[in-house]
Amino acid sequence: MVRFDEVSMVYPGGDTKAIDDMSFTIHDGEFVFLVGPSGSGKTSVIKLITGEVSACGGDLNVNGFDLRHIRRNKLPALRRTIGVIFQDFRLIEDKTVFENVAFAMHVVGASNRDIRRRVPYVLDLVGLAGREKRYPREISGGEQQRVAVARAIVNSPKLLIADEPTGNLDPARSLELMLLMDRINEMGTTVLVVTHEKELVNSFSKRVVAIEEGRVISDGMDGYYSYEIE
Amino acid sequence: MKSNKFGYLIREGFKSIVTHGFMSFATVTIIVACLVIMGSFTLIAVNVASMLDDLESENEMIAYVEETLTEEEARALQSEIEYISNVSSCEFVTREEAMEEFASQYDDDSLFEDVDSSVFRHRFIIYLNDISLMEDTKDAVEDITGIAKVSAYLEVAEGFVTVRNVMSAVSLVLIVVLVVVCVFIMSNTVKLATYSRRDEIAIMKMVGASNWFIRFPFVVEGLVLGLLGGLLAYFLEWGIYDVVANRIMSGLMGSLLSVVSFSAMSLYVLVIYLAVGLVVGVFGSSVAIRNYLQV
Repeated sequence: MVRFDEVSMVYPGGDTKAIDDMSFTIHDGEFVFLVGPSGSGKTSVIKLITGEVSACGGDLNVNGFDLRHIRRNKLPALRRTIGVIFQDFRLIEDKTVFENVAFAMHVVGASNRDIRRRVPYVLDLVGLAGREKRYPREISGGEQQRVAVARAIVNSPKLLIADEPTGNLDPARSLELMLLMDRINEMGTTVLVVTHEKELVNSFSKRVVAIEEGRVISDGMDGYYSYEIE
Repeated sequence: MKSNKFGYLIREGFKSIVTHGFMSFATVTIIVACLVIMGSFTLIAVNVASMLDDLESENEMIAYVEETLTEEEARALQSEIEYISNVSSCEFVTREEAMEEFASQYDDDSLFEDVDSSVFRHRFIIYLNDISLMEDTKDAVEDITGIAKVSAYLEVAEGFVTVRNVMSAVSLVLIVVLVVVCVFIMSNTVKLATYSRRDEIAIMKMVGASNWFIRFPFVVEGLVLGLLGGLLAYFLEWGIYDVVANRIMSGLMGSLLSVVSFSAMSLYVLVIYLAVGLVVGVFGSSVAIRNYLQV
């Protein structure tokens, strides 16, 4: 669960609030689109959730962690409950597809046996069976993004965050990816997709939280992305 | 720590040396170059100091015994002289021996056939531990009853002391400057190697890796590269030193200079090279990645 309660945040050295009294809650098992124009605070929301930046006001709770009072050495534990996918995939170039996914399991101290069993299962789930030994540069952008999804879900996180996941993909691959995210959500993982692709949002009937200038301006359950992006 | 996690992290460190082959090569090369430059200069300084030691030890004082003393009485003074703290050894020379030695310096010994050895005095040749204290020691020997006079080359001794002091100061300054420059270069190389991997570190943080989990393979990598650099530098230094030492000893200078053999210093060189390599490798890499861990 993610709960923003009148959260404010200012970047170090900045004087304007990147997040201004923001409140919303994402319950376990929900699928939510977070939309808004560039500079509206979408990335700041992700950074707050993953503990990369700290709020300066309000209450922020993610998967049971009180992020207003969390100690630095507890951040890895928080991050292990969250899987993140980025627009630029962020794979480790000199590790194979298998190693990129296995790495996330090594981080949590999984045994080699568990890794050998779980990684092929997850790669199969995202449609990458048979690609295990390839390096990121040897596979397509769509496939690279699916490796990132596999890495994000391999430890069964409570929350999956996707930051503009379709930004580098063509429409057909984008739709495929969103269907994959929907499937992951149906398996019980809470999903938060940050995007500004109206068509994509509107093709799914999901909750849409729209923000602008660090504030929530609409929060609808009808899946209709009514907010116009300039 | 679970053993499979520990094994994984060590394997990751070794794998990374291979996958970042060029940076590993650059790091080792820089460590070797810096150590050999620092080491060579230090070894030159060690040799100069050893040559000064040799020359200093040849610098002796001669204490002449009062003419009134018999040989037995004169010999009895030896223990008193040796009791003085700065005296390393002293050798008794009878007046007959002194005359013989004096005469032997001339081609025609017959010149001295009629000379009675009583014109010479019994004497002690005194070797010192520290020639910078020669004057005090001279005074102390002169204070012994039965010693008539002490002759010592005080100016020469002072000259040696000055040369040694200047030499020590110059080599200390140069070695310190070299060490600072080399540590700077080496740590920057390690920093550069780490900089190229800041994205990788960010990814590790993102999937929830703890700081030590990220740092450990880097430390293993730094340790291996540092030790490898130290070891290679040791063998290279050995080779260079032997070649140069052989050239000196077999050349004209050989009769004048005595070069300290590498084997006499090899253990120190090895230990110091490995220690510097290890410290630079381990601390360099763990300090360098600290900045990227603050996410």
